Amino acid sequence: MYGALWRVLPGPVWLRIILVLLLVAAVVFALFTWVFPWVDGILNPINVTVE
Amino acid sequence: MSESQPEARRDRRSSGGRRPRVSVVGVLGELLLTAGALILLFLGWQLWWNDAIMAGQQSSAASERSSEWQQEALAAQGETPPPAPADYGPPVVDATEYDNGDAFAVMYVPRFGEDSQRNIAEGYGLDVLNSFDLGVGHYPQTQKPGEVGNFAIAAHRSAYGGGMHEIEQLQLGDAIYIQTKDGWYTYRFRDFEYVTPETSAVLAPVPHRPDLAPTDRIVTLTSCNPLLSTAERIIAYGVLESWQPSAAGAPAEIAPVVATWGS
Repeated sequence: MYGALWRVLPGPVWLRIILVLLLVAAVVFALFTWVFPWVDGILNPINVTVE
Repeated sequence: MSESQPEARRDRRSSGGRRPRVSVVGVLGELLLTAGALILLFLGWQLWWNDAIMAGQQSSAASERSSEWQQEALAAQGETPPPAPADYGPPVVDATEYDNGDAFAVMYVPRFGEDSQRNIAEGYGLDVLNSFDLGVGHYPQTQKPGEVGNFAIAAHRSAYGGGMHEIEQLQLGDAIYIQTKDGWYTYRFRDFEYVTPETSAVLAPVPHRPDLAPTDRIVTLTSCNPLLSTAERIIAYGVLESWQPSAAGAPAEIAPVVATWGS
């Protein structure tokens, strides 16, 4: 899976490493901005109150 | 003989391990590793990243409200000199009925650290506790700041801005400042209690003794315990020490800090 990704990337090894880092950064950004807030909303809420 | 060489080279290439080898187990393993990384990343987001962002926004929202009240008080006061401590009178109790989500007070506990000021809003639902500009909720059935009885509030211990993240660090006599449009109420921390989440008796005007009529003015902070768990609740009680109207400004010990909130 990730091996296939590595082979699809163009250029020498140093360029591929930079491209992989950029891809990881983009994925993390998307997760932090959209995915995790959405997941947080559907998870069980953290209760801190007494009732 | 001449044809066998290219054939041998092809064989070497196909069996030499350089050709993509996709197996079900391999893909499954990569998916599981990815899932693990995603879960760790989510926890990091929830406990640090989002927590820090919400804490910053909640504390600047509280600073804004606090300095607005200070400026209104200054404007209303005009040329008259600020009242002397002897003229403060008994604590003013705000009789306004607030709707759920309305912010009506600001909490500041120096022990919780710099920028620990938070807006206190009516109600203790997630709309208040997980809000980007509130963070602390008032139990509507309990009393108001300065009132005889129990002013009970709740906030997160971790994540979502963690308004009471450092609650276990409170020491006897630590100040718990509550500011409203009327003035500043200074409570002093007295003791902790650890209870189950169902122990609503801690919210009674006299905690655990709903049969008694209150004579003290106390504050009750509730949050979850232990840290990162919701199995128990940590309760911190404080007793009202003093009150001063907005015209007298913030209490002397925190006046320099409060003065920076407006800027």
